Amino acid sequence: MTEPRRGLPPVLEDPTGLERTWADAPGPLGWLRSVDHKAIGRRYLATASVMFLFAGALAATMRLQLSRPENPFIGPDLYDQIFATHGTTMMFLFAVPVMQGFGIYFVPLMVGARAIAFPRLVAFSYWMYLGGCIFLYLSLFLNTGPDVGWFSYPPLSEQLFSPTKRPDVWAQMITWTEVASLAVAVSIITTAFKMRAPGMALNRVPIFVWAQVVTSFMVIFAMPAVMMASTALILDRLVSTHFFDVDRGGDALLFQHLFWFFGHPEVYIIFIPGTGIVSTIVSTFSRRAMVGYLPVVLSLVSTAFIGFGLWVHHMFATGVPQLGASFFTAASIMIAIPTGAQFFCWIATMWSGRVELKSPMLWLLGFFWVFLIGGLTGVMLASVPLNVQLHDTFFVVAHFHYVLIGGAVFPLVAAIYYWYPKLVGRMMSERLAAWAFGLFFVGFNVTFFPMHLLGLHGMPRRVYTYLPQTGWGPLNLLASSGALLMAAGVLTLMADAVRARRVGALAGDDPWNAGTLEWATASPPPNSNFIEPPTVGSLDPLWEDPPDQPVVVGLRSDARDVLVTHVLDTEPDHRTVFPDPSIWPLATAIATSAMFAGSIFTSWAVVYGSIPMFIAMVGWFWPKSPDEGGTQPWPIEHRTLPLPNEAPQGAMP
Amino acid sequence: MTAPAAAAAMVGRPTRGDGGRAAIDVSGLAPGGFGHRSLMWWGTLGIVFIEGTAFALTIAAYFYLRTRNAQWPPDAVAPPALFWGTLNVAIQLASGIPNHLAKKAAEHVDLRRVRLWLVVQLVFGVAFNAVRAVEFLNLNVLWNTDAYGSVVWLLLSLHTTHILTDFLDTAVLAALMFFGPIEEKRFVDVEENAVYWYFVVAAWVPIYGVIYWAPRLI
Repeated sequence: MTEPRRGLPPVLEDPTGLERTWADAPGPLGWLRSVDHKAIGRRYLATASVMFLFAGALAATMRLQLSRPENPFIGPDLYDQIFATHGTTMMFLFAVPVMQGFGIYFVPLMVGARAIAFPRLVAFSYWMYLGGCIFLYLSLFLNTGPDVGWFSYPPLSEQLFSPTKRPDVWAQMITWTEVASLAVAVSIITTAFKMRAPGMALNRVPIFVWAQVVTSFMVIFAMPAVMMASTALILDRLVSTHFFDVDRGGDALLFQHLFWFFGHPEVYIIFIPGTGIVSTIVSTFSRRAMVGYLPVVLSLVSTAFIGFGLWVHHMFATGVPQLGASFFTAASIMIAIPTGAQFFCWIATMWSGRVELKSPMLWLLGFFWVFLIGGLTGVMLASVPLNVQLHDTFFVVAHFHYVLIGGAVFPLVAAIYYWYPKLVGRMMSERLAAWAFGLFFVGFNVTFFPMHLLGLHGMPRRVYTYLPQTGWGPLNLLASSGALLMAAGVLTLMADAVRARRVGALAGDDPWNAGTLEWATASPPPNSNFIEPPTVGSLDPLWEDPPDQPVVVGLRSDARDVLVTHVLDTEPDHRTVFPDPSIWPLATAIATSAMFAGSIFTSWAVVYGSIPMFIAMVGWFWPKSPDEGGTQPWPIEHRTLPLPNEAPQGAMP
Repeated sequence: MTAPAAAAAMVGRPTRGDGGRAAIDVSGLAPGGFGHRSLMWWGTLGIVFIEGTAFALTIAAYFYLRTRNAQWPPDAVAPPALFWGTLNVAIQLASGIPNHLAKKAAEHVDLRRVRLWLVVQLVFGVAFNAVRAVEFLNLNVLWNTDAYGSVVWLLLSLHTTHILTDFLDTAVLAALMFFGPIEEKRFVDVEENAVYWYFVVAAWVPIYGVIYWAPRLI
């Protein structure tokens, strides 16, 4: 599709050499050493999909158990492990990593860069994430899965009431995944700020990239809170500190404050990338630029700020001072404003455009409906009297599944349909997409809508069974049957993804006639992302830029040379040579994982375990040759790299 | 027009490539840059935000637990002995001097001075880590005594993790500047290491204030 516009002959000297430079070595070792953001992004997406299937299977098991009163299918002990592992997986091992996986893959492409910043760190983050997944599910299969909820509140999670290793598994799993997300967040921010194509000033940054940047900032300020909470918990359990022990001056509510200082922003960490996907797809399939680019971006930013002022609304039932309750109620209602603004911008875009109802758009229609309901019950729950009444009932379960599945999973599936052609080079089936959507959408509403009613009728959360006299049986049976429809929808989607990989229609560069840069290169993209790195002159360069929009030339093709630009106006600043593939990120992740796992059994593991970690990190850092970084080797006559206050050096030939 | 401004105007100016294609030639740009030009500076900033948040939250937890106890420190425990913590403030702030000089030497790509000031920094590092060990012995409370003891140990341990790892990575960097393959980019690494060092020692001032002065003043 981009061919007619890019008709002028290429200026590149050595495309073959360039592709060889950016390629991974063949074979399994080459696979393990890869630092290609596209490979790592694909691994994140694949692993997160497996986690979604696992957690979905656990959910289906719970729905079977609850399908009728006093069901003897699984007992309370296993049920507790299943529901805690379901929540933990969905929040920590699916929702956040899958969104970051899209960010890892697409942010560099959308800003026209050849790589993601800190590629080895991103590779390390994937191995850490995988370590957390393996650790959690290995523990579950050994009957040591977490069993105190995805939040692991003390005092229940303290040694006195949980004298097993199960809460330790939960607490350490947090450390694995948070290390991974924090590493990705720093890489994405740096990529989006410093590696954008010349011409992509801040007012031309794609909304999806803005969403990823805002999310990454939230990760940076929110994730340390859950790491502190889980660390303090594990210290209480393993070395007898008293953070949450009321008898010794501690306070269990401290855990809740730390947890929700992370936990509420977490909702937006999951939701904001979802809105970025929605804006991208709505604009493409309305065949026009997004209406209200500026308000949409400002909404993302203000959502991130307000999102940090909401955490106490998860704790209304703990007895909060009246002023505090009023403040957090007001903030909880206020956050509906930026989300509302985005909704109106999406509606205006579709209204004033020519909507094409392709598969990604279909899933977005599902998003609008489902998330709207979730948002409305959220406004209801923000009111303290209703909140206290509905606390710990199935109403809350219904609410947050409407928000999370509506706000994250529907846009996510839309994103899969939208970007699958770019990832794989082939199209998924429109007909199967309609089937998958129909099954999933109906199944979802049949499963979760009755839970609102069950909650209003007083059915508490987290119970493994209930008595026949409660009268909750029929609605539960309805909910459980909906789960089967949802599962059928997911399987249809997966089957189509597998099928289309081999026999789908070839996609070409830009099958949707979209406007952003990831569509300006081949599908799947070449090793170097762009044989000729682009420059841009508008928000939707493929729609608006003239045919002779300049490309970037002069980057080395014999080294992984990338262009670094200024944060605000993207003036070219300098070039820098990125590191080659390396086994050390994997080695470091293995050493770190061994330390984390060992620390559950003896605190000395932290000491012994840091030695291999240190060795692996030195291996990672130590240069292999005197010109690895592409700068002049010692001895150096005079400095050639500019200081911050100097003008860019070097002139045109 | 001054020479640097002229160079700036030249760089990134559209030109014509071999095929007549409009292009921006970046081959003349420097292969790196110091300070906020370099990607590493942004990575360091990210780590500073993350670690700074962790420090701030632990301090918040300290004061939260303070509100849950009538007496602070509880049970007539003596506050931590002032001398060693205060000494460590002095040593760590003083380490800012060799740190600054190492940074300046890096910006002048002066290998001799970089080596010298990195070694001086390491001497300071040995000193403040050793004093830190003595600080733990003079807290007058154990981590498993009560919540006050737990949070004081957590704060001090958290900061100790930072001065220890910063010492170790500076040691590796110094070893590289003595024995490793050196290129100009490594001087940017030295400069970024100095930025992180500033953060770690500056973080000690508020943490010191909380551990040593909060029990005396509130």
